[in-house]
Amino acid sequence: MERIAILQMGKFLLVTIQVDMHDQLALTLQDDLTNKIQQKGAKGVLIDISALEMVDSFIGRMIADISAMSRLLDAHTVLVGMQPAVAITLVELGLPLTGVRTALNVERGMRLLRADVEADDHEYAGTAEGADGGHSH
Amino acid sequence: MAFASKLGTLLLRAQAQVQQQWLNELRHVVASSNGRISDAALQQQSGEFLKLLGEAIGDGDLRAAAPARPTPLRDYLEDLSRSRAVQGFAFDETATFVFSLKRPIFDLLREAYGSDAEGLATEIWAVSELFDGLGLYTTKIYQRSREDVINRQQQDLLEISTPVVKLWDGILALPVIGTLDSARTQIVMETLLQRIVETEAEIAIIDITGVPTVDTLVAQHLLKTVTAIRLMGADCIISGIRPQIAQTIVHLGVELGNVATKATLADALSLAMKRTGAIVTRKQV
Repeated sequence: MERIAILQMGKFLLVTIQVDMHDQLALTLQDDLTNKIQQKGAKGVLIDISALEMVDSFIGRMIADISAMSRLLDAHTVLVGMQPAVAITLVELGLPLTGVRTALNVERGMRLLRADVEADDHEYAGTAEGADGGHSH
Repeated sequence: MAFASKLGTLLLRAQAQVQQQWLNELRHVVASSNGRISDAALQQQSGEFLKLLGEAIGDGDLRAAAPARPTPLRDYLEDLSRSRAVQGFAFDETATFVFSLKRPIFDLLREAYGSDAEGLATEIWAVSELFDGLGLYTTKIYQRSREDVINRQQQDLLEISTPVVKLWDGILALPVIGTLDSARTQIVMETLLQRIVETEAEIAIIDITGVPTVDTLVAQHLLKTVTAIRLMGADCIISGIRPQIAQTIVHLGVELGNVATKATLADALSLAMKRTGAIVTRKQV
């Protein structure tokens, strides 16, 4: 069965969508990705859709869903490389994907993810330092 | 064929005389049109028209010359009307070119028919119908060519009014001039997004100094563009919001969301540079 590969890079997972998405493929990806985040304890997910040239409302919603699910599993998601036509389509479909982080290319996306994870670490470290007795992680 | 018109044969015989009278008529009209057309051109045009008219009527069937059929006469009128439209003539001036031929022709017919009142009436009615048709045809062509001009200008305007300017490394600006309707928004979005991909810009500034009014529809179009830019992974700043526009936006209850807005393009540029980490300093002297 056709699958979209999910690559691991340190604390991050990399998904590159290089085929036109159909609904079953999208659902499988959603399944695989959530499982993988949980297994590997990933802190960030980078989805590269630079090769994706067509979207429909289902795929658009699925992208938003994946992002929300990852967030629940404590992983940040960055969507990179969206084509202009895809962006316009999503806007016209009324899917602004609020809450999904975006970046222009993989490099910038990785930078965003690293910054997010660092910010998280600082936050935990800060709370741990300032914690007295009652709070612990 | 209802009746054989004598006009064809009459024209053949008295073309020079008719043309002379027609020119006199035409000169009255031309006198009021600020010399946009020379006497020589008028002479040439009227001569050509009469020649083609005579050929079209030929054996006496006036309907052969009617503009419903493609004839050299019709083509000539079409060219004439089109060139006059481009030169800036009003459509009534072009139509009068044809209509003013009526008097010389009617005079000619009255002489030819003499006391045959019934024949004259029939003939005049047929000729009048023909000229009315030809005159209306020139206005039709005139209007069509004016519409072509307008369409072309509209297209030009669309293309020249969406320049995407690179202000700095990673900073693009798009000054919007004119009203943002759906078609404009589409073009603005496409060009801007395309340029963002090409230049890998991080920040796009949309400057709306040149937008006369911002109503709910325009705001919606703006927001669409902003959302699309964000989806691409770039940031957007809206600048050039004039005081009246700010008032309108608030009074209309338009929600621009969490888009950064600035009063001037300079402010937007300075914010964009701050975000990209560039610093501008003044040299100490």
